[in-house]
Amino acid sequence: MKDFMARNPFWTLIIVLAVCFLIWAIFAPWPPGFVDTFGRKKIFLNALFNGVTLGALYFLVASGFTLIFGLMKNVNLAHGSLYLLGGYIGYDVANTTGWWLLSFIVVFVVVGAMGVLLQVLVFQRMEGQDLRQTLVTIGISIVVADLMLWYWGGDFYQILTPDWLSGPIQLPIVTAVKSSGEAVFLKYPFVRLVILVASIVIGFAMWLSLNKTRVGMLIRAGVDDRDMLSATGVRIQRVFVLVFAFGAGLAGVAGVVGGTFQSLAPGEDTRFLLASLVVVIVGGMGSIPGAALGALLIGLAEQFGSVYMPTYAVVLTFLIMVVVLAFRPQGLLGERR
Amino acid sequence: MRKLLISTVAAAAVLAAGSAQAADKLKIGFMATLEGTYTVLGEDGQRGFQVAMKEAKAMAGGREIEVIVGSSDASPDSALRAARKLVEQDKVDIIIGPLSGSEGIAIRDYSKTQPQVTFINGISGAQETTYVTPSENFFRFNMDGAQWSAGLGKYVFEEKGYKTVATIGEDYSFIYTQVFGFALEFCGAGGQITERLWVPLGTKDFASIIASLPDDVDAIYLGLGGGDAVNFLNQYQQAGGDAKLIGGTIMIDGTVLSSKGKAKDALIGTPGSGPQADTWDNEKWQAFVKTYQDAFPPEKRFPSPSLLATGYYNAFNAMKTCMDKIGGELGDGHKALRQCLATLELDAPNGKIKLDSNRQAIGTNFVTEVVEENGNLVNKLVKIIPDVNQTLGIDPEVFKTVGLPSRDVPECKKY
Repeated sequence: MKDFMARNPFWTLIIVLAVCFLIWAIFAPWPPGFVDTFGRKKIFLNALFNGVTLGALYFLVASGFTLIFGLMKNVNLAHGSLYLLGGYIGYDVANTTGWWLLSFIVVFVVVGAMGVLLQVLVFQRMEGQDLRQTLVTIGISIVVADLMLWYWGGDFYQILTPDWLSGPIQLPIVTAVKSSGEAVFLKYPFVRLVILVASIVIGFAMWLSLNKTRVGMLIRAGVDDRDMLSATGVRIQRVFVLVFAFGAGLAGVAGVVGGTFQSLAPGEDTRFLLASLVVVIVGGMGSIPGAALGALLIGLAEQFGSVYMPTYAVVLTFLIMVVVLAFRPQGLLGERR
Repeated sequence: MRKLLISTVAAAAVLAAGSAQAADKLKIGFMATLEGTYTVLGEDGQRGFQVAMKEAKAMAGGREIEVIVGSSDASPDSALRAARKLVEQDKVDIIIGPLSGSEGIAIRDYSKTQPQVTFINGISGAQETTYVTPSENFFRFNMDGAQWSAGLGKYVFEEKGYKTVATIGEDYSFIYTQVFGFALEFCGAGGQITERLWVPLGTKDFASIIASLPDDVDAIYLGLGGGDAVNFLNQYQQAGGDAKLIGGTIMIDGTVLSSKGKAKDALIGTPGSGPQADTWDNEKWQAFVKTYQDAFPPEKRFPSPSLLATGYYNAFNAMKTCMDKIGGELGDGHKALRQCLATLELDAPNGKIKLDSNRQAIGTNFVTEVVEENGNLVNKLVKIIPDVNQTLGIDPEVFKTVGLPSRDVPECKKY
């Protein structure tokens, strides 16, 4: 942090100013001229918060993806299928037991086990053959998508939010002041806030376990130099299985989250695969903070785009990707190798 | 003796081969959106097709039918790809499809390059498909999106008392056509449309759009379908939205009303319109509903056929009626078949349908309201609008001055 400030005083100033402006824009009531250019404050705040929560969902999917890539150099194109499978299983569990929270645990275990199977039965057999693994995962994703279509059908599934989560809550942020002097506070869907907090907790826990535990140390060492790590006597296959299970389980959990505040249907698997690819390319392959930054950027771009320039909203995401690839091909927080 | 026997067998074999030649299979290409946002819609369209096939015992004009399925995802290029495969590789005689608006425009253009094939529209409803440069071999036995809006504008203005409305819709030809039809009538009656919001087809996260919906309107018109509709309703409820709603045709259709979860409950009491009303007590309609229900186990179908099922059912039956009439002989350039289709009055379960000079349907429209019945949400009949043509009863010359449906056409005024 200090290094960055010393090396780039100009950029530091810009970032500090931007953060100050953002804080002002969130908390202070807007002057009328501002409203004319940016629309009502409620719209701006909603786009901001929605962008962050959508980013949180993308982060959940993409962090597993990037971890698996970083460690095993394996682009798992069946990652989206794990997301959708998790969502469907979560729906069934939540629907039969009535416990929304239970579905997270079940999905994490079941989809994580699927990840173990994938790693042991498929990837171990073709280790080091990147292209072959990639093609096989495409094949698996097509087969799994058809199996899911066969079992769950083409209907739209939406996981019921428990009563304590549904509906909006009032945030202590003033959006407007009525002529009577009474302040209007921002109302925001509670479930999205919970998702946001949960993703931050998961992201922080991942960062902690990667940086402060023995397993985390092994994983980081594996990302840096896999061959050297196995040469020191670490049973690297076990680490692989562990990481794959964790990444897959996380994708499944993201499926439950996505099924709760969006919906589940055939085709969602490729959508989230594409989203996590973009996130990981923008953030930097194999980097967890990169995935967080990329997810945040893409989520914000989608939401602000849909409000302020609806016609080009779809282009915006890919524009970001193009710009990043042109000026920083290794990704924003990726390391050049 | 032995020789005679052999020659008889040989002759019989030749004869049998000959007759097999005469009763050649009729190849029909079926196209629907079996992928993407409109998967559920495509599936129910396919069910309607299957019901008709079953009733016809897979025969038309004395020929056995062979169906080849083509799948698309509501994008014009995917529909084109599917149609190309059906025509150029499978060599089908007739195509029934596509399902979605912009697909229809692409297929109309493609049909001009394939004069040897007859195209019968599945249920796609963009106005342009038959209104602008219609194709000789493209027939549409369903009304377009604007015709499906007939009656709704007046109903919400006069009966519901909505004076100002904001619209939100998917950004493509069919929804433009729907809003076009609604706006012509609503603004004509004196209503105001204050804002028109457009979202890309396949939008999943509506939260920011929902926040930007204006608060100072009487009602919000929803021109969404399939997964987008369910996502919108879900997030609308989470955001605590409580505005009055008006439904576009595929917003209040069985495809959304039978989705899993609570999201659809936001639609109870919502007025809408379309080519059918679930509770219509017409004998022929009720018979069709029963046939549909009997054809599939309850968990593999909707409680009642969606308009997509009805549309494909009608398209198939138009084809079958004419094939029976001409004795199954397609002959030179399908001339007899096309002559018959163009002049056919189809006695469909959702009212009689005939075609205009652009081969576009003139039919009956229904204004409906969503109600709960035996635990299911259904469309209750409010009003029947008979004989709706493509210019919505407006003088064709005046209709031309309105312009083609787009993001901001028509202007909100009386024409």
